[in-house]
Amino acid sequence: MLSIKDLHASINGKEILKGLSLEMGAGEVHAIMGPNGSGKSTLSKVLAGREEYEVTSGTVTYKGENLLDMSPEERAHQGIFMAFQYPVELPGVNNTYFMQASLNAIRKARGEPELNSLNFMKLVRTKLKALEMNEALLKRSVNTGFSGGEMKRNEILQMILLEPSLAILDETDSGLDIDALKMVSMGVNSLRSPERSMLVITHYQRLLDYIQPDYVHVLSGGRIIRSGDKSLALELEEKGYGWLQEEAAA
Amino acid sequence: MDAVEQQLAELAKTGYEAGFVSNIESETVPPGLDESVIRYISARKSEPEFMLEWRLGAYQKWLQMEEPDWAHLKYTKIDYQAISYFSAPKSAADAPKSLDEVDPELLRVYEKLGIPLEEQKMLAGVAVDAVFDSVSVATTFRKQLAEAGVIFCSISEAMREHPELIKKYLGTVVPQTDNYFAALNAAVFTDGTFVYIPENTRCPMELSTYFRINERNTGQFERTLIIADKGSYVSYLEGCTAPQRDENQLHAAVVELIALEDAYIKYSTVQNWYPGDENGKGGIYNFVTKRGVCAGDRSRISWTQVETGSSITWKYPSCVLKGDDSIGEFYSVAVTRGAQQADTGTKMFHIGKNTTSTIVSKGISADRGQNAYRGLVRMNKGAENARNHTQCDSLLIGDKCGAHTFPYIEVANPTAKVEHEATTSKIGEDQLFYCRQRGLSEEDAVSMIVNGFCKEVFNELPMEFAVEARKLLAISLEGAVG
Repeated sequence: MLSIKDLHASINGKEILKGLSLEMGAGEVHAIMGPNGSGKSTLSKVLAGREEYEVTSGTVTYKGENLLDMSPEERAHQGIFMAFQYPVELPGVNNTYFMQASLNAIRKARGEPELNSLNFMKLVRTKLKALEMNEALLKRSVNTGFSGGEMKRNEILQMILLEPSLAILDETDSGLDIDALKMVSMGVNSLRSPERSMLVITHYQRLLDYIQPDYVHVLSGGRIIRSGDKSLALELEEKGYGWLQEEAAA
Repeated sequence: MDAVEQQLAELAKTGYEAGFVSNIESETVPPGLDESVIRYISARKSEPEFMLEWRLGAYQKWLQMEEPDWAHLKYTKIDYQAISYFSAPKSAADAPKSLDEVDPELLRVYEKLGIPLEEQKMLAGVAVDAVFDSVSVATTFRKQLAEAGVIFCSISEAMREHPELIKKYLGTVVPQTDNYFAALNAAVFTDGTFVYIPENTRCPMELSTYFRINERNTGQFERTLIIADKGSYVSYLEGCTAPQRDENQLHAAVVELIALEDAYIKYSTVQNWYPGDENGKGGIYNFVTKRGVCAGDRSRISWTQVETGSSITWKYPSCVLKGDDSIGEFYSVAVTRGAQQADTGTKMFHIGKNTTSTIVSKGISADRGQNAYRGLVRMNKGAENARNHTQCDSLLIGDKCGAHTFPYIEVANPTAKVEHEATTSKIGEDQLFYCRQRGLSEEDAVSMIVNGFCKEVFNELPMEFAVEARKLLAISLEGAVG
């Protein structure tokens, strides 16, 4: 699904990712953990195609193709979805309209028929129900005046609608209360399938109680310094990151 | 010898040895402005005597006035003696023969707007002799309007057919000496629209100049007068979304609205005159005076404008709230890009008690575009409990454009309430990236963000116009980012 080899990326001339490598197979859920400033968010933005980040060396192959050659929208068309750590407000843009435009842009790029408003509303309603979300959210402007929890729910709703093949969750759990956290996890778990991979970026082990990852990676100083199964997350919870960083430095 | 012939004879004596080109198709007076030209225009239009005097009065005042220079605009001075003030429809010989001769860029825009081929030809000024469907549509509409008692005709026709209404109302809202451009218009206007809605009548359809295709050659000095009698309602649409070419660089229109007791006039404009090339060359100078008076109690006037064209826009649709409990509204979207400049806004004069006004102005600037909001809210001494709410938002795309806000507030009554809110924002990289991550192209993302920004104004437009305005905005801002 995704193969990252020796990736170096910088912003404003400052190198953040310093030789990151990662292999993700189809159907796998990988968690990336790491202290602040380790490059977690940079990784997600580079994968989604944010242009401010410059890839100086290394390769990223997605479904056998060079991901770095694709524009952000092409990546979306190819099935990459990123749930934002800080979703962006679009004042005056109706949330339903936005989601419909998004779904249809992706369907169109894939040569699939676009959904009309009626069929789209039917689809959204079924998804909302599954997430136990309030329909009022649909009538508002995208993320405008949303609480932190509402924004994250809205991200998950979009993810479920777009059914990506690679979902990247950029600290989606940060700032969520336990109910919201459960809801987010439920959404993610409902999407788990042998064809779909997920990259869950998180600061805390807490989310991994609900989303059981196949692999856990520790990111520090722009590289993965340790990989393991979910027991690694528990170990980190207990001991923090310090011991790993010391080991890596040694 | 009747009056007209007499005037023509006099005119012949006062100069123009070169004479007029006699070919009816290409009749144009030589460039320049003096009394004889005004006499000629008035005579050609078979106007009543009082109109000629009114025009000449305006001309005399205009001569003593100075072109205003307070607006936040930069342009080459206009040479008023280089303009021809009367021009019959363009001769077929000068017009492009077919769409092949028309600027391909213009055609591409027509294509995007989904304009039918015959209309494309008309808009591009191609000489056509085919009968438009719209003409027959117009005839059907006129019949329906006549049944309702609504008068909807050219202002020239109104001067001949309804001189009493013209005499009573013309120039009562925008006096002929109101300002430099209004005075010029009063002196030389050649045509325009006249609407009268009788008492307690709801105009059965949206009125649009667009239906008056056969009379569309109203020239650069257009004059519109709309009177809504007691308890009546009318929605009037001006302009169309398709970019219109025009040989005349200067446009100085005047629009007057009069709402009597309990009447409601809704006036919507989509202005998309040629903005010129990327340096503004060849673009239209649009100096317009628009004003409405809420003369009767509980009357209401609502201006909605979407301004995307012209190289220079100077325009302040205003409301004089004379009647008690009357309402004035101004909803505006102004887009400037390339070298376009707009200085636009409104004036709300609160005279009556409990009068209310709402101003929503959305300025969008891209490239080197300059956008100024200029608004005056005046609460007169007698305006007990008057209220105004102004919201003035600017959106910047890129870092070479500008947005400016010049609000003027004058309050002479202690019970009046005035609120002013202003914001300036930029289309953020974050917003664009968010949309693109969801599969939208950059262009679609800009269009979506800008349309969201303008939503409150578009909501005020009649449905069909709103859909067109959205499309127009998207096209206007194509390639503005990146």
